[in-house]
Amino acid sequence: MVSVCFYFQVHQPVRMRRYPVFDIGRDSDYFDHKKNEQVVKKVAKKCYLPTNRLINELIRKTRGKFRVSYSITGTALEQFQEFAPEVIESFKELADTGHVEFLSETYYHTLAYLYSKQEFREQVSLHKKMVRKHFKQTPRIFRNTELVYNNELARTVEDMGYKGILAEGADHILGWRSPNYIYQPQTSKKIRLLLKNYKLSDDIAFRFSNRGWSEHPLTARKFADWVAAAEGQTVNLFMDYETFGEHQWEDTGIFSFLEHLPSELMRHSHIDFRNPSEMARLEPVGKLDVHHPVSWADVERDLSAWLGNRMQQSAIQRLYELESYIRRSGDKGLLEDWRKLQTSDHFYYMCTKWFSDGDVHKYFNPYDSPYDGFIAFMNAVNDIVIRLKTIGMKSKALNSCYVLPPSIVGEI
Amino acid sequence: MFGWEFPPYSSGGLGTACYGLTKGLAHHGASVTFVVPTKAGSSEFVKLLSAADFPGKSVRIKGISSPITAYMTSEEYEQVLDQPSVSGKAAKKVYGKNLWEEVLRYAARAGSIAKREPHDVIHAHDWLTYKAGIAAKKSSGKPLVIHVHATEFDRGGGNGVNQGVYDIEKEGMHSADRIIAVSGFTKGKIVEHYGIPPEKVEVVHNAVEFTNPSCAEPPRISEHDRVVLFLGRVTLQKGPDYFLYTARKVLDHMSDVKFVVGGKGDMLPQMIEKAAELGIADRVLFTGFVADEDLDRVYRMADLYVMPSVSEPFGITPLEAMRNGTPVMISKTSGVSEVITHCLKADFWDIDDMASKIIATLHYSELHQTLKEHGSHEVTKFDWRVPARRCIDVYNKLLC
Repeated sequence: MVSVCFYFQVHQPVRMRRYPVFDIGRDSDYFDHKKNEQVVKKVAKKCYLPTNRLINELIRKTRGKFRVSYSITGTALEQFQEFAPEVIESFKELADTGHVEFLSETYYHTLAYLYSKQEFREQVSLHKKMVRKHFKQTPRIFRNTELVYNNELARTVEDMGYKGILAEGADHILGWRSPNYIYQPQTSKKIRLLLKNYKLSDDIAFRFSNRGWSEHPLTARKFADWVAAAEGQTVNLFMDYETFGEHQWEDTGIFSFLEHLPSELMRHSHIDFRNPSEMARLEPVGKLDVHHPVSWADVERDLSAWLGNRMQQSAIQRLYELESYIRRSGDKGLLEDWRKLQTSDHFYYMCTKWFSDGDVHKYFNPYDSPYDGFIAFMNAVNDIVIRLKTIGMKSKALNSCYVLPPSIVGEI
Repeated sequence: MFGWEFPPYSSGGLGTACYGLTKGLAHHGASVTFVVPTKAGSSEFVKLLSAADFPGKSVRIKGISSPITAYMTSEEYEQVLDQPSVSGKAAKKVYGKNLWEEVLRYAARAGSIAKREPHDVIHAHDWLTYKAGIAAKKSSGKPLVIHVHATEFDRGGGNGVNQGVYDIEKEGMHSADRIIAVSGFTKGKIVEHYGIPPEKVEVVHNAVEFTNPSCAEPPRISEHDRVVLFLGRVTLQKGPDYFLYTARKVLDHMSDVKFVVGGKGDMLPQMIEKAAELGIADRVLFTGFVADEDLDRVYRMADLYVMPSVSEPFGITPLEAMRNGTPVMISKTSGVSEVITHCLKADFWDIDDMASKIIATLHYSELHQTLKEHGSHEVTKFDWRVPARRCIDVYNKLLC
């Protein structure tokens, strides 16, 4: 038996506005509300609503044989609440089918794990509460932002009570092994590791509409035959939910592909569908040792999309340097802004690896250039420093965060 | 090839571009005869560009006498003729009374040169040579390529168009067998303003020379001050006034910055006054014309190079700055902004945005460093052999 396991990532960052140095200390609204509203409404219409409707139909038609899992970020859900509440309703209807699983992640879709374990745990816990509240289930499987993963993370997440964790089935961690089996992280006791089959996943997510691809056009039947030919326990198809209708537009035939996929897969008697929790009950075939963080981004499958250049490294360090002050301040507004700035997308926008992966980066970037992204971000960090000082936080370290001169940001 | 300037006798990007392009063409084995108008004393010029300067087949420089430079307006030309060294009855006989006469005279000479010099293709750079190109085509019957480095709509800086120049440009473009534009930005103007079908225009972006000798670390202007540089003709087109307004805005917030205006032009006196009027005369340095041999040093002295052009068909200077490891901020209304990514971009009229970006670059060292590193790397792809190859492809299509 080969089980097909679908996991879809649902995420919208709170995009920043162009925040000039002259606004530091004068205007602490860092976000582009109009743009966020536009994007969320657009993607709701093109992707979330029609795809949810279709998935719901498919689950009902197959009486739950077909099933899927989601991870929805807190920043996405909050923006649905504000701009497109009907999207939340449609996810609730999916939850009500009893065949849809919701996974855990960091509420703000962050790289907190790499910088602050405390912040990481708090965000995961916030996210878990959100899933419970809206979808009436307690997540048992964890997926980290952008599938960033290593041994140490698996241990931490196991300690937090999770039964399974997701990661990229990258060649450099697998070697000769196949992603189509359940593994156990090297230094963990029980938690199961589910690996993305990136070839089959990316056939849908990236190559589906590529006319230059030798397999174009991709039909549901052809794809089902590929899955049927796979050896192993599972074929994990992990991708951004926005694949349907947003990355691959409706006119590419992506919805019709999805509509026919379950029945085409079920034509093969040895194929069924399972969700991550069900997969995590299977016995692992072996251990997998991953020291360096692996991710699902770009050809490198590492952290370089977010932390590849000095601007990115410096921006994220400066942000996390503020953590202790933010906590001590007890200021809820500050805490929330600080957390929204942690969203990994802000660092992704500063990526300068434009020579190999430029297309994807440019498509998702609200700024003209990574430099503009960095400037807006650092200016906002400077403003946060001022706010901390204004409410009486004092320390030498805070002064060193203070990178712009008093003439710009005003004497405190 | 017909051009109006060639280093070292050049006052801007046109000469630099012709130099780089012909060198690139020579690299690919093309044999180029380059015709420039010069005043007396052209022997020096020929000597400087002797065949030995170029590998393979040589570029030959032919001079015919004319006091015009590439960026001269009709009014300026009349002023030149009035100078004691040029004026007098004899001079007025030798040189045409005005720019139009000069262009026609040059065209007539160009026609006879075309009869004598063997060639397969005629390639004319910018409006002053278009008539020469047409004359040469009439005389030899060879195909004509018009290379548009700028249009009258750029030079005016949005302040009107000289009808005479426009007519020559239009005539050149319509007579040409093929048009080369230095950017998509310029191609757009050619199509929009001159009624040329887009398929007749080929975009060939410029490149930059890499032959600069490694020069010693330049002296700092002062120990504490950071330097923001403007370099180019001080004319409406280049936006020096926006540079000064931006300087004022930056200086409202920072005191340790010097703004350097390199180059000369008709707006220079006005700009010096403007700096005083804005109360920043002590923070703005006007260098006057910057000689070629000093260029790299000037770029290296700067922490940021700014090109706030109102309308820049291409803009080689940002590439020169990047070649020297200097971060750049460029106007979005420029051809070069189509082809470089590792730089800051702004609207020339958006003083607040430009000032904010200057302050950020001077304060966030990671930003400065990343722009410097990536910019130095990116600029290496702008090799003149690439556009030269594209020109040869254009020639070949015309010849087959």
